[in-house]
Amino acid sequence: MTQPDVLLEASGVSLAFGSVQALREVSLTLRAGEITALVGDNGAGKSTLVRCICGIHRPDQGGFTFQGRPVAFGSPQEARDAGIETVHQNLALVEDLTVWQNLFLNREIAWGWAGRLGPLAVLNRKAMKARASGMVSELAVNVPAVTSRVRRLSGGQRQAVAICRAAGFSSTLVIMDEPTAALGVQETGRVERLITRLRDDGHAVLLVSHNFDQVMRLADQVWVMRAGRCVAGRRIAQTTGEEIVALITGAQAA
Amino acid sequence: MSADQEVSGTAPPPGTAPGTAPGTAPGTAPGTRATAAVLGGVLRDGGFWADWAAAVGLVVLVVIFQAANPTFLSSGNIRSMLVASAILVVLSVGQTFVVLTGGIDLSVASSMTFGAVLFGFGISSGWGVVTCGVLAVLGGALVGVVNGVLVGNGRITDFVVTLGSLSAASGLALVIADGKPVTVVNVALLRLSTGGIGIIGWSVVVAAVVAVLAHLVLFRTRWGTHVFAAGGSAEAATATGISVPAIKIAVYTVCGVLAGLAAILLVARVGAAEPAANTSFLLNSVAAVVLGGVSLVGGRGSVLGPVLGALLLTALSNGLTLLGVSPFYQPVAVGTVVVLAALLTRFRR
Repeated sequence: MTQPDVLLEASGVSLAFGSVQALREVSLTLRAGEITALVGDNGAGKSTLVRCICGIHRPDQGGFTFQGRPVAFGSPQEARDAGIETVHQNLALVEDLTVWQNLFLNREIAWGWAGRLGPLAVLNRKAMKARASGMVSELAVNVPAVTSRVRRLSGGQRQAVAICRAAGFSSTLVIMDEPTAALGVQETGRVERLITRLRDDGHAVLLVSHNFDQVMRLADQVWVMRAGRCVAGRRIAQTTGEEIVALITGAQAA
Repeated sequence: MSADQEVSGTAPPPGTAPGTAPGTAPGTAPGTRATAAVLGGVLRDGGFWADWAAAVGLVVLVVIFQAANPTFLSSGNIRSMLVASAILVVLSVGQTFVVLTGGIDLSVASSMTFGAVLFGFGISSGWGVVTCGVLAVLGGALVGVVNGVLVGNGRITDFVVTLGSLSAASGLALVIADGKPVTVVNVALLRLSTGGIGIIGWSVVVAAVVAVLAHLVLFRTRWGTHVFAAGGSAEAATATGISVPAIKIAVYTVCGVLAGLAAILLVARVGAAEPAANTSFLLNSVAAVVLGGVSLVGGRGSVLGPVLGALLLTALSNGLTLLGVSPFYQPVAVGTVVVLAALLTRFRR
């Protein structure tokens, strides 16, 4: 078993949208170099928690420590700068741009002499294409060519590009919200291998999933949410799919 | 079609660099046959026709008009067509920036009028031509900034905001000019509209420089990529930390600045600063952008396309005039061409 060094810790995180209490004192931990799964029924607060971690929402109460330091991200950009990348459910790719343009969106490589021109910095397209090819082949992603437009890729290929972008820039934690929800059997298999690959490369992964088989296959640790609370945490090695289902539905108390 | 299949097919095994460009035929058929197959596929793809509607239309028009009237392609007529298209090219390039973000600037012709009237105001106040030119550009920029802030930060629909500023800018132009034109007699301006190198007038040179700069900014700079991203998917752009409101403000400002520049060309061409409505410039700038294959929902397009679109519209009215067709038919022809071009974009993927 890996050493239990905590990468991210949530303590007593609460968030309300008007009269709807979306999160109630959620506390959980994520360990470095592990895949941590977050499961729960629709509306249990999984996505809201993810949005708090990656800087889209700010919790009303409680907070996070990341790499031992308390953090309060005001925007997704701040979370990214700290090393937390998110693959959103809606993918966040621009369909009319090419694969390499998406991989480097808002992180474009400029020529040295023109890098200080700010927004008018002249792009080093050659370097970006070459590095994009490197990133894609390094992760053994089945993407045809980095010069193709994302519009022409299949769902699995798009997901692979999104994961590639999240993993590519020395990120410590990669959050994935339902990464295989819209994919077929074969493509799900490919994306799952990619997720395992990320862990083996040393990234921590937070995986939001509805698929219990997938959670049992991939994760090292699972946290169960119900009605805005984090009701239980289990090591995968010491639990069963039945127990997790029982925890989600509330048939079994934590 | 064959090109599409190759792209969506399975990738090369890991290790081999994914270097094969999309669009090259996969098979090992003899070169000519493979090229013919790809060409056939491209020609059957509606997207090709949408992207290149302006170029194809321009060639077709030139052939028809030249067959009907041999003076159409005389150097004198080419020269006057190019000069006549310069203002529209500048306006269409500005419109392109806005449409790429999924917006539309209905105030572009009114901004130009506003700029022209400011130019005339400067002249009648006894200021130099350069000062008046700066004033015109600043006036256009002002309308652009207001549009951009209202659309970007105010989150009001582009259509409504620019419809409002269309009315406000042309109204202000009438107020400032008191409804009367100002005659502008100036050697430098006269040279701008009548001089040039060979058959290329100076105003054409200005328009060409604008188009080349716009192309470089859009396709070779960081900001250009962000314009395409903001238009392609505002959500995705925001998720990567791009400020979509800032992009909106910037593109409307660029469009306003170019409208101000077009105002200088207009004053030079007309020889006066008039508070006229110039509505045909508005319709034609949108038409050139549509003909040029720029997606009206944003995120996709070029600069060359709208420039060719502007040339096509100028050639169309010039040719119809040469053939002795009543000028009343020209708006009918423009409208038909534009709707046909928009129809083509439906087949694009």
